[in-house]
Amino acid sequence: MAKELGWKELPEGDELKAGTAAEFHTGDWRSKRPVKDDKTCINCMFCYIYCPDSAIIVKDGKMMGIDYNYCKGCGICENVCPVKPVKAIKMVNER
Amino acid sequence: MPQIVAKTGNEAMAEAMRQINPDVVAAYPITPATEIVMIFSQFVADGLVDTEYVPVESEHSAMSATIAASAAGARAMTGTSSQGLALMYEMLPIASALRLPIVMPEVNRALSGPINIHNDHSDTFGARDFGWIQIFSENSQEAYDNMLQAVKIAEHPKVKLPAMVTTDGFIISHCLEKIEMHDDATAKEYIGKFPAYTKLLDIKNPVTLGALDLQNYYFEHKRQVAEAMKEAKRVILEVGRDYGKKFGREYGFFESYKLDDAEMAVVCLGSFAGSAKAVIDEYREKGIKIGLLKIRVYRPFPAEEIAAALAHLKAVAVVEKCDGFAAKGGPLYDEIRSCLYDQQKRPLVADYIVGLGGREVTHAHITEIFDELKETAASGKVKEPIQYKGVR
Repeated sequence: MAKELGWKELPEGDELKAGTAAEFHTGDWRSKRPVKDDKTCINCMFCYIYCPDSAIIVKDGKMMGIDYNYCKGCGICENVCPVKPVKAIKMVNER
Repeated sequence: MPQIVAKTGNEAMAEAMRQINPDVVAAYPITPATEIVMIFSQFVADGLVDTEYVPVESEHSAMSATIAASAAGARAMTGTSSQGLALMYEMLPIASALRLPIVMPEVNRALSGPINIHNDHSDTFGARDFGWIQIFSENSQEAYDNMLQAVKIAEHPKVKLPAMVTTDGFIISHCLEKIEMHDDATAKEYIGKFPAYTKLLDIKNPVTLGALDLQNYYFEHKRQVAEAMKEAKRVILEVGRDYGKKFGREYGFFESYKLDDAEMAVVCLGSFAGSAKAVIDEYREKGIKIGLLKIRVYRPFPAEEIAAALAHLKAVAVVEKCDGFAAKGGPLYDEIRSCLYDQQKRPLVADYIVGLGGREVTHAHITEIFDELKETAASGKVKEPIQYKGVR
């Protein structure tokens, strides 16, 4: 975490430079985490499209995994995963 | 060349808005402030201003749209009264927190209920703690001058706070008076270009505005608003003096009327000061040394300055058009007594709540107040600290 600024040096009017949300890890209060099965994933990108937090990591058209810094554990990815009979994404309890 | 014209308070404020020529006005009409935005919308339709006029569906939307426009980098204004201001309450502290120099004419009207459209100060007194500068006007001339100065104050780099300029509903808003207006070119030069501090539409320099601000930063942002309010005190005086130099009408935090040699005084806001001054003249002729302090700037509250101006008096009557329902006198009484606390020698203070819901404050009421003030000064005792005048 960056040093917390005092009122004299803090930019006025609650104005921040754009994109600073990336520096703030918002996934630390998750109660369930999605776990991906590399062997059965078909790279359909449903989870990527539906993830409300852009927490699905994609590289060269392949689903690479989940960014746990931002994933809130909502379970939408598991819900939309079309792989049968066992989904390629499974929600498991956080320890 | 300045022009002498006949204008109601609302017309004077609309004319000021025309000369300010804001980029955006988002407004919803409400009695008795309707005419301000109605006349202004005619200016828009007639092409006399460059303003984008947004006829919104409520005052909450009016303030929201004005905030958004201001944040986008536009000089943005709106106008309202009473219930309209109340509907804006949720948005008002957001305007100050985002440091948006919005200027808003506000015509003082009683808050419902029971429903009433006439003047008292309960609407803006209710909004006194939202980080808005509040400037009160005694007449149309002051309303016009205050509007122009409010732009200079709000947009000052050390201030960057929203400001409301008030008049008393119907008493000023609908009363035709002689005022001196600047010619358009002079006003335009005085107002100058809008120094957009926040530019959400500048896509080359993207910013986030109004992000979630929890335990770790909210306090610092509020501390900044508190500091800006303090800075505003200095700027208000600077702008008032400069206005005097340029146009011959100087303004301060308050107006003192026959106060220096007075033994007792009335403290009030707005149009009541006019009536009180007339009665003061009568008492002065009888050799009774009464003066008046008319507060112009209610937020920031010029506490030290008021205390210094009142310290030499024996007795003060605070006359206010708001109760506050604190069971200990009105808001102004509270603040006047509080600012006198640090004075070694201080006057006795009595509170008079008058004129709620537009109830007329008559010559008889004022003489009653003055006579009681005389008694207080002579006896060294306030007989009844909190009173209602003109209520049955």
